[in-house]
Amino acid sequence: MQGLIDRLTALLNDGTVARVLGWKKGDMPYNPEPAIFNSAEELKDFVYDGFCGANLSKMMIEATKLEGKTAVCLKPCDTYSFNQLIREHRVNRDNAYIIGVGCRGKLDIEKIKKDAKGITEISGTELDGQEKVTIKTIYGDKEINYTDALLGRCHVCKGKEHMIADETWGESKDTADQERFEEVQKLEAMTAEERFEFFKNELSKCIRCNACRNVCPACSCRKCVFDNTKFDAQQKANVDSFEEKMFHIIRAFHVAGRCTDCGECSRVCPEGIPLHLFNRKFIKDIDKYYGEFQAGKDPEAQSPLTDFTFEDIEPGERG
Amino acid sequence: MQRIGVFVCHCGSNIAATVDVKKVVELVRYEPGVVFADDYMYMCSEAGQEKIIEAIKENKLTGLVICSCSPRMHEKTFRACAEKAGLNPYMVEIANIREQCSWIHKDREEATEKAVILARAAIAKVNLNTPLQEGESPVIKRALVIGGGIAGIQTALDIADAGYPVDIVEREPSIGGRMSQFDKTFPTLDCASCILTPKMVEVNQHPNITLYTYSEVEGVAGYVGNFEVQIKKKARSVDMAACTGCGECQAKCPLGKMGKIPSEFDRGLKNRPAIYMPFAQAVPAVPVIDRENCTYFKTGKCGVCAKICPSKAINYEQEDEIVTEKYGAIVVATGFDIINLDKYGEYAYNESPDVITSIELERLMNAAGPTGGHLERMSDHKQPKDIVFIQCVGSRCDDEKGKPYCSKVCCMYTAKHAMLIKDHWPDTNVTVFYIDVRTPGKNFDEFYRRAVEQYHVNYIKGQVGKVIPQPDGSLMVQGVDLLDNKQIMKKTDMVVLAAAIEPNKGVRKIATMLTASIDNNDFLTEAHAKLRPVESPTAGIFLSGMAQGPKDIPETVSQAGAAAVKVVGLLAKDKLKTNPCTAKCDPMFCNGCSTCANVCPYGAITYEDQLVRGPGVNETRRVAIVNNALCQGCGACTTACPSGAMDLQGFSNRQITTEVDAICQ
Repeated sequence: MQGLIDRLTALLNDGTVARVLGWKKGDMPYNPEPAIFNSAEELKDFVYDGFCGANLSKMMIEATKLEGKTAVCLKPCDTYSFNQLIREHRVNRDNAYIIGVGCRGKLDIEKIKKDAKGITEISGTELDGQEKVTIKTIYGDKEINYTDALLGRCHVCKGKEHMIADETWGESKDTADQERFEEVQKLEAMTAEERFEFFKNELSKCIRCNACRNVCPACSCRKCVFDNTKFDAQQKANVDSFEEKMFHIIRAFHVAGRCTDCGECSRVCPEGIPLHLFNRKFIKDIDKYYGEFQAGKDPEAQSPLTDFTFEDIEPGERG
Repeated sequence: MQRIGVFVCHCGSNIAATVDVKKVVELVRYEPGVVFADDYMYMCSEAGQEKIIEAIKENKLTGLVICSCSPRMHEKTFRACAEKAGLNPYMVEIANIREQCSWIHKDREEATEKAVILARAAIAKVNLNTPLQEGESPVIKRALVIGGGIAGIQTALDIADAGYPVDIVEREPSIGGRMSQFDKTFPTLDCASCILTPKMVEVNQHPNITLYTYSEVEGVAGYVGNFEVQIKKKARSVDMAACTGCGECQAKCPLGKMGKIPSEFDRGLKNRPAIYMPFAQAVPAVPVIDRENCTYFKTGKCGVCAKICPSKAINYEQEDEIVTEKYGAIVVATGFDIINLDKYGEYAYNESPDVITSIELERLMNAAGPTGGHLERMSDHKQPKDIVFIQCVGSRCDDEKGKPYCSKVCCMYTAKHAMLIKDHWPDTNVTVFYIDVRTPGKNFDEFYRRAVEQYHVNYIKGQVGKVIPQPDGSLMVQGVDLLDNKQIMKKTDMVVLAAAIEPNKGVRKIATMLTASIDNNDFLTEAHAKLRPVESPTAGIFLSGMAQGPKDIPETVSQAGAAAVKVVGLLAKDKLKTNPCTAKCDPMFCNGCSTCANVCPYGAITYEDQLVRGPGVNETRRVAIVNNALCQGCGACTTACPSGAMDLQGFSNRQITTEVDAICQ
């Protein structure tokens, strides 16, 4: 990590960038938070470890409007989101200096907390850290394999390559050990009633905190339709408790074809709703009906849902 | 607040028989905004319109809801009526209580309730309507006809004769289409060439007609009155100006004698050289080089045609050329083909050369055809003594491999074929297996009766299950006679299949470029099956010939004339009113993401950096701009826009959700 801080310091000092977008220490050992560092001085709080799951791409929308370049630390999977934002003219590439930071998968604190209550310190989670994560708790020390505590999304890792970067730092690892669409296939195998029950049950936990929307790099509208008085959507009383949850279904439609499957929605959900499943089902269907497509892989590529080719399937045709 | 008048039409008994019109009037009277409600026997009649005009004036109405038939029927009428009374025509909404209500319901109570709901939705919408102003756009006085068969030829001639320039784009090297392949035509039995070739020549010589043969439409932009079309002129490899059509090159092409390239025109029954005209009377009489087969293009050696051409017209270097031309109207006359018979293994078409299609039979009977008009089996060149015709091969088919519709012309041409064969070779035994014989049309049934009564053609009602090629070269036909209720095993020398007709494969691409709708069978859809049969629902696109549906030559020619009249009617105008229901972007919400521009079929959306000011916003950012002259109001952008910044005037998101709310109340 020190190497990265040194490099960022150099970039700030030689004027290449005016600020750095990265992560700083949180109030707990496992919750670093995105932060802007305006000087080499401020970088003392900079942190990059296994808990830096947050995708910083979306914050570049505002950051690239500022005077001067902003250096941003992007993990391989974050670069897909960044590319997608370039595609949608939402970030100013010229004002971004991208440091492709290495990643060996990010950690899910909930998995660690299962066996470790009263955490006071966690070590071994850095990029060059150990196979085992050591957790100090008020009840004594615990150990867990790094790979056993990975976020769900890291098991379907898109690969260790950065899709876009001005320079890279650190080694990355492809942590995929699961079939990407395995979970979706399970849903598809259900009957319509079972599936509806499943989602009704999952979505019943939603408290509409909007964390998923706020973190999602595809949800980058200046004003979300759900907050837009033009549609009266806000003024309507819900007929039943599920209607409120249509929010997630509409959101999934809005990001279809643009979602890079970064998994941030599920990571930030305080209720642990597997929100990524909606999006991943769309991705699977797009692959099936329009040929394989990964949003954000190529900022020039047309999204199949907003592009027409003569080879497109016809309505009613099913592959 | 609007002052809305609701007018409920009885439509004679069309609506009033199922919907309690008086009750509708009573129930909508107290809807928000409604200040007047009335009913009348025929709202569209002059007296009905007078009533509306009077009510507008007396009650100072600002909006109208007409509960009547489909807006496609009379929206225009009522808009004009409102305008007469000084109201903006876009303050009128139609509640369709006929097609969407009275016609489809039986229960009076239910239908009345639904009529009220539909009226309520329209009232809710009018409450949000704003006056819209129509713009004007000029009309380019030139027409494009896609397809140079009899349909395209006739349409082009009629338009050209009315004094407007027309271009014909034909994919093949010559115009003429399917009709040029035919021998004789029913019901008069005059020779197809004799009536078609003079028209082909006329097209070629007409000062108002420009021919683009061996060319394809590559791209279409614009809208009614202002289409911009890219035409790809495929490289002919022959200089059209220099070529005299002497035919020397065709005669000397070494590939001609090797017999390796099947002639498309002769449906593969004959071979052609690599440099060729499809047939002797081709227009233009200029050959093309088939570059895929030509030895010179494959190996760089040969060049015989260039050496012997007396006019030095051969040009191997010629390249495809894209011509961009502007048109006011476009006619689709892309015609038909017969279905591929690969799925019909039971008829042994791919197994035996003596099982042929009707078009192949046309070529075999044509004096200019591969056998000089002598009917013979392709296997042993012997004259068949017994011929079986099988009808409805793929037509009127329930299963997936065929077509659900009747191909319409097969009954007649089979009667023609049967009679011609009996006439030339009276000792030939001719049998026709049919499901039904369909002969509506002037002199058509008489024609068929002649085949049965005068020529003793053996018609058997029943289908053929299998055709089995025999070791002795004959064919065994296994069928059923439904009238005698017996199985038939019949030995024959030749089987002719009346293969189903389908729209030309290329029509899909063309329809897509034109945004003209096609039906499940790829036939182009009419704007109205009865009242606007030669127009596509897409303004400025007209239909001619088989591309719209199966039809014979007389019908095609009449339809071609009808399409031409519609085109001329459009080109005669100097200016067109443009639809004011166009998209509009709200810069406050626009992300500048380009999604709308990606989905816009008219290229009407561009972007610019704009200073956006509003509550909490003061910045220059990328926002979408809609060109109203190009926007056709399709609404694709409004649904694609993730933030709801794009909205359609006259059909705003809010108006639509309000309508839904009114329905779900």
